[in-house]
Amino acid sequence: MKEFGYKVHKERLIDYDKNDKRVLEHLKKHEPSVLTCIACGSCTATCSAGQFVDFNIRLVQTLLRRGEIEPLKKEVQKCMLCGKCILICPRGVNMRNLILAIQTAIDKLK
Amino acid sequence: MAKTIVVIGGGVAGMTAASRLADLGEKVILLEREDQTGGHLRQWDRLFPNRRPGYEVLDFLMENLEHKVDVRCNQGISSVSQQPSGFSLELEAGESLPCDALLLATGFDLFDAHKKEEYGYGIYDNVITSADLEMMFRSGQKITTRQGDAPSRVGFVHCVGSRDEKVGNLYCSKVCCVTGVKQAIEIKEQFPGAEVFGFYTDLRMYDRHFEEMYYEAQQKWDINFLRGRVSECAENQDHTIVLKIEDTLTSRPLKMTVDLMVLLVGFVPSPETLRLAAMLGIVVGEDRFLEPVDEHTRSNFTIQPGVFLAGASKGPFSISNAIADAGEAALQIHEYLRTL
Repeated sequence: MKEFGYKVHKERLIDYDKNDKRVLEHLKKHEPSVLTCIACGSCTATCSAGQFVDFNIRLVQTLLRRGEIEPLKKEVQKCMLCGKCILICPRGVNMRNLILAIQTAIDKLK
Repeated sequence: MAKTIVVIGGGVAGMTAASRLADLGEKVILLEREDQTGGHLRQWDRLFPNRRPGYEVLDFLMENLEHKVDVRCNQGISSVSQQPSGFSLELEAGESLPCDALLLATGFDLFDAHKKEEYGYGIYDNVITSADLEMMFRSGQKITTRQGDAPSRVGFVHCVGSRDEKVGNLYCSKVCCVTGVKQAIEIKEQFPGAEVFGFYTDLRMYDRHFEEMYYEAQQKWDINFLRGRVSECAENQDHTIVLKIEDTLTSRPLKMTVDLMVLLVGFVPSPETLRLAAMLGIVVGEDRFLEPVDEHTRSNFTIQPGVFLAGASKGPFSISNAIADAGEAALQIHEYLRTL
């Protein structure tokens, strides 16, 4: 396997062992509905901001789970907080509070 | 004196249990509130996974009842109560029916697709349910849009009324996935040139031959599976449907026009099941299906001695699962009656 090429360039890699999961831990406490996402994409399909710019609100919770804090910081800035995603979510994820709580957590854990 | 069992509900589970009990020498009365037995199976054209005609299974179940079981159709139940020995049923026709054991085989209802207003069922011409499509197949007529045209693109929406806390149903209805794949193939059989899409979140091909059917749908019939849940749709002036979805595998919102949109509706507990359960003191689960004493080891028993459960009053069931479950219920009731 080693000979087949195990190495991945750092920029391409999600380094799960080293990534910072503190924001996720904060969210588990402050918006635990994040745990129930099934990645159906209803939120992204109906997203007001996503119709205009490269913003995928479904990815927010995935980036959060992986501890990908740098791209997460950029993504949460794009949300218009309209709340359509909350209306459509089949799992009851409170996306608006999720976005706000992520911003709070990032500021707090700087 | 011979003991009497009343089986409530003449669908797949009720018919199976009644005939098995009769085979075991028991005296059985089967009550059906409609004018004939067969339940939801009557609404099916062909069955998954092998696309055999539904009437083959229906005929098998009907023949097994003949000359053995006292089948009484058009029998609504006003009330049911526990007696010092056994139970008493008051029928809507005025008759009082005593019995020693009861089997609730009252089945399910289909999810009412009107409740997902964002999908436009009952509002837009060319949004139909999987049950509507099955009846169209059964009629033997070619499938058309409401305007009478052959569809050139058909979309199947998975998980309608299932896995959706917005309608209060968190559970998976289990058989809609495979029904969607079956019906997609049947559309391609009629219209080899049509494009067929399945919009899914997870495809649960849980039973034998299901995954192979999914493989066949891709390989032989070129059916497209697009991973995402339809968020909303609208009707164009020409009565086609434009739907919105996230194509989650490219992570971008996607818009698509279809001539026909089919909603794969799931199971919901029937109000009649819940009414009878309340009268008998049967435990109802959080999902509002009936709860057996132990879902693994005593799945046909209720907390009330003498009251048994079979089939889809306990949750989503396939036909084969319902037949197996009802056969087991019959054996359990047979044993119970020996103890009286």
